[in-house]
Amino acid sequence: MDWNSVLYGQLPYVIITIAVVGTIARYVTNAYSWSSQSSQFLENKVLFFGSFPWHFGIVLVLLAHIFAIFFPSAILSWNAVPFRLYALEVTGLILGLLALFGLIMFVYRRLTDSRVRAVTSTADVLVIIILLVQVISGVATAIYFNWGSNWFAASAVPWIWSIITFSPDVAFIAGLPLLAKIHIFNAMLFILLIPFSRFVHFLAIVGPIQYVFGRPYQLVRWYGPRGARTEPIRQYK
Amino acid sequence: MDLRTQLSMSFHLDKCIGCHTCSVGCKNVWTTRQGAEYMWWNNVETKPGAGYPLTWEDQERYMGGWEVTSGGDLRLKLLKGPGKLRTLANIFFQPNLPTIDDYYEPFTFDYDNLFNAPAGDDQPVARPKSLITGEFMEKISIGPNWDDDFGGSPLYASNDPNLKGLSDSQKLMLTQFHKLFYFYFPRICNHCLNPACVASCPSGAIYKRGEDGIVLIDQEVCRAWRFCVSACPFKKPYFNWNTGKSEKCIFCYPRTETAQANACAHSCTGRIRCVGVLMYDADKIEDVAKQPDDRLVEAMRDAILDPNDPAVIAEARKNGVEDNWIKAAQQSPIYNLFKKWRIAFPHHPEFRTVPMNYYVPPLSPILHQAKGDQGGTYDPESSEFFNDVELMRIPLKYLANLLTAGNESLILESLKKQMAVRMYVRQNRVGDVGDAKVKSALDACGLSEVDAEDIYRLVSLATFKERFVIPEMHRESKTSVDPRTMYEKRGSIGFGRKNREFLGRQW
Repeated sequence: MDWNSVLYGQLPYVIITIAVVGTIARYVTNAYSWSSQSSQFLENKVLFFGSFPWHFGIVLVLLAHIFAIFFPSAILSWNAVPFRLYALEVTGLILGLLALFGLIMFVYRRLTDSRVRAVTSTADVLVIIILLVQVISGVATAIYFNWGSNWFAASAVPWIWSIITFSPDVAFIAGLPLLAKIHIFNAMLFILLIPFSRFVHFLAIVGPIQYVFGRPYQLVRWYGPRGARTEPIRQYK
Repeated sequence: MDLRTQLSMSFHLDKCIGCHTCSVGCKNVWTTRQGAEYMWWNNVETKPGAGYPLTWEDQERYMGGWEVTSGGDLRLKLLKGPGKLRTLANIFFQPNLPTIDDYYEPFTFDYDNLFNAPAGDDQPVARPKSLITGEFMEKISIGPNWDDDFGGSPLYASNDPNLKGLSDSQKLMLTQFHKLFYFYFPRICNHCLNPACVASCPSGAIYKRGEDGIVLIDQEVCRAWRFCVSACPFKKPYFNWNTGKSEKCIFCYPRTETAQANACAHSCTGRIRCVGVLMYDADKIEDVAKQPDDRLVEAMRDAILDPNDPAVIAEARKNGVEDNWIKAAQQSPIYNLFKKWRIAFPHHPEFRTVPMNYYVPPLSPILHQAKGDQGGTYDPESSEFFNDVELMRIPLKYLANLLTAGNESLILESLKKQMAVRMYVRQNRVGDVGDAKVKSALDACGLSEVDAEDIYRLVSLATFKERFVIPEMHRESKTSVDPRTMYEKRGSIGFGRKNREFLGRQW
């Protein structure tokens, strides 16, 4: 049995199907549970050192991954000048370490604060474990296998596109080191867990973005003949 | 003009005895659930006092409410600097969010031990136990009414932000038992016209209902970004730590929709509360919120429309206001208290949320500082009760900081009117004040005898129907209500246990 083609050629489709169907189903049937489940209200001192570094680090790293998937040639031409390559790699590593630091603070907080422990669910534990594996494997890959921004564009990116275009070709990543493979496999577990955990909250960022760039301050809902269900009081921003 | 209607509540502070029956009535109906134990949608504070959550009025700390920028725009205080972009920067961690320690850690007592303790030399005790962690607590150091009745306490009362601007001798009164003043201050959500919670919610979960102005949080849309808790200067949206959703006073809308009084107002033993309809011009809201501090209350009064004016009635009809609402607005006790008689005021108008609950400032203690004390006017030897209201124990400045954004003349007007009504009634009943004195007191504050009689009636004798003029909403006739959801939701309270999250927290 070719494990590579099972894990990286067929499993992705199962996981993506579950994630997409599950997320839509949760939104339709149980929007009430769609929450960031913030625990800042119970403990905010350690959280400050966890949440800021974690979110800023991970959001930028994730955006860089997504950028590389869509514009691999832009990354490669940026990296053509050695200094720019070093700058990109170092920036990525620092952001990864920032996220790792935040994550460690999260773990410390979950373990030591009894109030936070009281609101920790099974899903929260899985979330932390998956994120730890993901960030550690990512940072370790960056350290042990240099110039990831280059070989990512030449191996993982074409593999992802082969998945997206329904012609899976595991040859692109079959030769990657184990650490990188763990990183990719764990990323799939992360996607699998989205509909079943607080991970859904990053999809809810649509609301805040709409709030910042579009919505007026006030919202009014009418039940009667005034018509529209929602209507701003005034258009002042 | 954009005429709209609002359900509004008034509080007669002179009559509040601080019994907390309103708070308990509200709690029993709405917040006896896990995650909501610490919430008091209705709470009663002792003023001067630190309040609940502690020093909530201190907006330098909590950054609640609105401010007018140098460019003349209205901006949430929370979003200082880059404006709404700050929402994205602070979404991961909010620097101004109160934590549970600013309210109190909800607790119960280990009552089982009283029954099941093994025989021993000592009396068994019921130790306090946290309702969050289930662990025993060393000691309870703060509770929902921690500074109740401690109006004279330098430990609590001196932290009251409303003492700003008082003279040192007035502040000294707080520590001298025989000169002491304090009164009770019941609070619910103000269901503001310019609500900061609605404006701050990044999910768009909070909205104001068009027909009755009640501000609600859509529990299906709330994503726990928590901005409403920070932005509301009154700290009336609460974060449910169990469900990960914010909740707030819902003005008992399932009751008011069917013309029943709110749980808090209904249960009030002092009968201090009235509920009624106000008509206002929504086009004026932004302008009202931008007024300078001393003009705020007058601007709010200008935005309230006269329900007996034929032009206003025509406008109301045009905007689809139903006849029973127009009729209720014409009988509204709130309109009379706030606009017609001008004796009630909004709470902290300087937060610029245009709050829609109104408070009649307290006149008592009617006894002034005794004459022997510095600055006192009351001579215990004489039978003279009705002295100058300016020299009453509760400093005008304090009431003005609380109710009129510092405008003392408005408070004085209200107190003089209340005093004139007392003299008028005493003359009618006992007859020892003198007609001339009563007439000059009424004339001085511009009250007619009819008004004085009406005020007296509303604040003392009014029946249930006079105090609570709440029109039915006729939800069954509203187009957007699906009758099936009404059937499904019958008998439910809209909060509480819902579907279980897979692998997740239960509620």
